[in-house]
Amino acid sequence: MNQAPKPLERQGHRPWQRAEQALRRIGLSGRALVIMAPAIWLTVFFLIPLAVVFGISLSSKQFGRPPYSSLLTFGEAGTVQLTLHLSNFVKLFSDSLYVSAYLNSIKIAAVATVIALALGYPMAYFIARASDRWRNVLLMLVILPFWTSFLLRVYALTGFMRGNGVINNFLGLFGIDPLIMMQTDFAVYVGIVYTYLPFMILPLYTNLVKLDEALLEASADLGARPYRTFLAITLPLSVPGIVAGSMLVFIPAIGEFVIPSLLGGPGTLMIGRVLWDEFFSNTNWPRAAAVAIAMLVVVVVPIMLMQRAQSATVER
Amino acid sequence: MPKQPLIAADARPWRDATAKPFVRINNVTKKFADVAAVSDVSLEIYQGELFCLLGGSGSGKSTLLRMLAGFETPTAGTIEIDGQDMTAVPPYSRPVNMMFQSYALFPHMNVEQNIAYGLKRENIAATEVGQRVNELLALVKLAEYGKRKPHQLSGGQRQRVALARALAKRPKLLLLDEPLGALDKKLREETQFELVKIQETLGVTFIVVTHDQEEAMSLATRIGVMNQGEIAQIGEPTDIYEFPNSRFVANFIGSANMFEGVVTEDESDHITISSAEAGCDIYVDHGVDCAPEQRLWWAIRPEKIVLSRQRPDGATNVTRGLVDDIGYLGDTSVYQIVLDSGKQVRVTKANTRRGDLDAIKWDERVYLSWAGNAGSVLTA
Repeated sequence: MNQAPKPLERQGHRPWQRAEQALRRIGLSGRALVIMAPAIWLTVFFLIPLAVVFGISLSSKQFGRPPYSSLLTFGEAGTVQLTLHLSNFVKLFSDSLYVSAYLNSIKIAAVATVIALALGYPMAYFIARASDRWRNVLLMLVILPFWTSFLLRVYALTGFMRGNGVINNFLGLFGIDPLIMMQTDFAVYVGIVYTYLPFMILPLYTNLVKLDEALLEASADLGARPYRTFLAITLPLSVPGIVAGSMLVFIPAIGEFVIPSLLGGPGTLMIGRVLWDEFFSNTNWPRAAAVAIAMLVVVVVPIMLMQRAQSATVER
Repeated sequence: MPKQPLIAADARPWRDATAKPFVRINNVTKKFADVAAVSDVSLEIYQGELFCLLGGSGSGKSTLLRMLAGFETPTAGTIEIDGQDMTAVPPYSRPVNMMFQSYALFPHMNVEQNIAYGLKRENIAATEVGQRVNELLALVKLAEYGKRKPHQLSGGQRQRVALARALAKRPKLLLLDEPLGALDKKLREETQFELVKIQETLGVTFIVVTHDQEEAMSLATRIGVMNQGEIAQIGEPTDIYEFPNSRFVANFIGSANMFEGVVTEDESDHITISSAEAGCDIYVDHGVDCAPEQRLWWAIRPEKIVLSRQRPDGATNVTRGLVDDIGYLGDTSVYQIVLDSGKQVRVTKANTRRGDLDAIKWDERVYLSWAGNAGSVLTA
C-alpha cells in the first residue's frame, strides 16, 4: 500500500486538447464557445422569429399562401422595391378596439398583480418565518399545482364558479340565490391570481428568507412596534422581491389568452384574445403581427423598469 | 483569622449590603426544548457598572443578555430593571438598548438615519433629532460620515455607528453582545479603552457579553463567569484571576497549573497539602475551609512561579524539574517544565533584560519555588 503515486501523464492527458488547439487556430477559445451556445440559441429561436413577425407586421393582408404580401418585389431591369405597410400599426391606434383591448389588458394584469401581491406577501412572509421543518412542506404546497396541467386547473375553476358549481351549491344550502361568476371579469381575476400566485410567492420568499432577524430585533430594541418595524425595515428591504414577483405576474398576465377565453365573458376584452381572433378568425396575419409587436413593447417597458430597479439594489 | 484570603478594599456598591441594585435577575431559567441554556441564575448589577458576562460558546451568556433585552422570555424567574418587573414588557417598551454582535445596521438607511431611528419612534422634534444625531456622531468620531451607507464603512466605523445608535435614546442600561468581536486585534485594543471612556462620561450601566477574557478583564468593573448556563463566579477582575473559586474558573481565565493533593495539616493560619504531582509538600500561608485528609486541588498561575538554578534560600515551597520547551513571546517567555513526577508545568518569566545570555535554556534542571500565598486552594 506504500507504493509511490504514479506520475501523471502530462502530455495528451486531456482528450479534448487537440480539439482545443484546432479551435484556437481559427480564433475560438473555450470561453467564446460557452457564450456562443446561448447566443446561437437566442438568435435562431428568438431574434430571427421576431424579425419575421416584425416583417409580417409591415406587410399587407392578401388571399393565398402565405396570407401576406412580400416586402420585396422585383421590378423590371433588376430593380428591387421594398414596400413597408405601416397601416397595421396606424390601425392599432385609430381603431378603438385595439386601444381598449390594450388598456383593459393592462388594467386586468395590474389589478391581478396587486391582488396576488396582497395575497402572496403574507404567505411568503409566513413561509420564510416558519420553522425549518415546515418551510419545505409549505414551499412544496406552493409549487405542487405545477404538477398538473395549467389548462386542467383553469378548467376546474369553472366547476367551482358556474351556476350550479361548488360555491353556488354551498350558498344554496343557506337559501342564497346563485351568484353569477362565470363569464365575468371576476372569474378572470380569480383565474389569473390563482394561476400566477406561486410566481409572486417564490421571489418574495427568497427575498424574505434572507432578511436578517437581527435587524427586526434591532428595530424593536429601538422602540419600534411590530407594524412600524414592518413598514420601516421589512417592506423597504423586500422591494426587490416585490418588483420581481410583480413582474413575473404582470408580464404573462397582460398577454394571457387561455384564462379569459375559458373564464371570461364576451365583455372581457384582452389583447391575447384579439391576437388570436386576428390570426385564426380573420386570417389577418399582418394585423396580428402588429398587435404582437405592440404587445411586446408594452411588456418590454416593465421588464426594463424591473432591471433598473434590480441593478439599483445590486449597487447597494 | 478568617478562613478566606484577604481581598481588595470594600468600597464598591456590590460590596455595600444596603446599596440598591439597578438590575436584579432572580433565579432565571431559560429552556429551549428541555435543554436549559440558562439555569437558575441570580445576579445583581449596580448603577454605572460595566459588567462583563464571560463564558465559552453555549455557556448561556448571550441568552441571558437576550432575556434582558426582551427577545427571549425566561422559562422561570424574574428580571427587574430599575425596580420594575420586566417579565411582561416587550422589547420596544424597555428602557434598554442593545448593541448587536453583527451590529444589525439597517442597510437601506445611511448613518444618520440609523442613529435617528430610535429617536424618531418617540415624538421628538426634527431639529432636536438632528442635533442629537450630530452629538452622537461627534462622540463616536464619525462626524464626516453621516451620509454614508453602512456598506461604505469599515468594520471599526460600523461598530461605532452601532454604538451611537444604541446610545441615541439615552438608555439607562446598554447591552453589548461581543462588541469588539468583529474587529482585528489592534483596533480592538484601541476601542476597548474608548468604550470604557464613553461609559464613564455618560454614566450608563453597561452589560457586556464576551468570550474574550482579556477583553473582560480590561473592560469590566465586575465579571460574571458563566459555565453551562450557570454563573460559576462573580467578582472583580482581580478576584476572578487571583482568587478563582473553582477549577473551571481557574482554567478558563488565564492559564493555571493544577495539582491534586491531600490536606495533611489544617491550622487556622496555614495548611499543608501533600501532592505527589508537585513532588513536594505545598505550604499555604492562610487558613482554608477544609478538613484534614480532604482531597482537593491547588492552582498556581504561571507567572507566580520563580525559576532558579540554585535552590533558593529560605523558601518553603520548592520542587525540581527539567526545562522541556521555551516559547519566546517578546515581552515574556513561556517555559514548559517537566517535574520529576512527570507533571508538565507552565512558567512565564518577564524578559526584563535585553539579549539575556544567562537565561535558562533547554534541558536545564531547575528549581521551581513560590510564595506561601501564590496559589489558590480549590475544593470544587
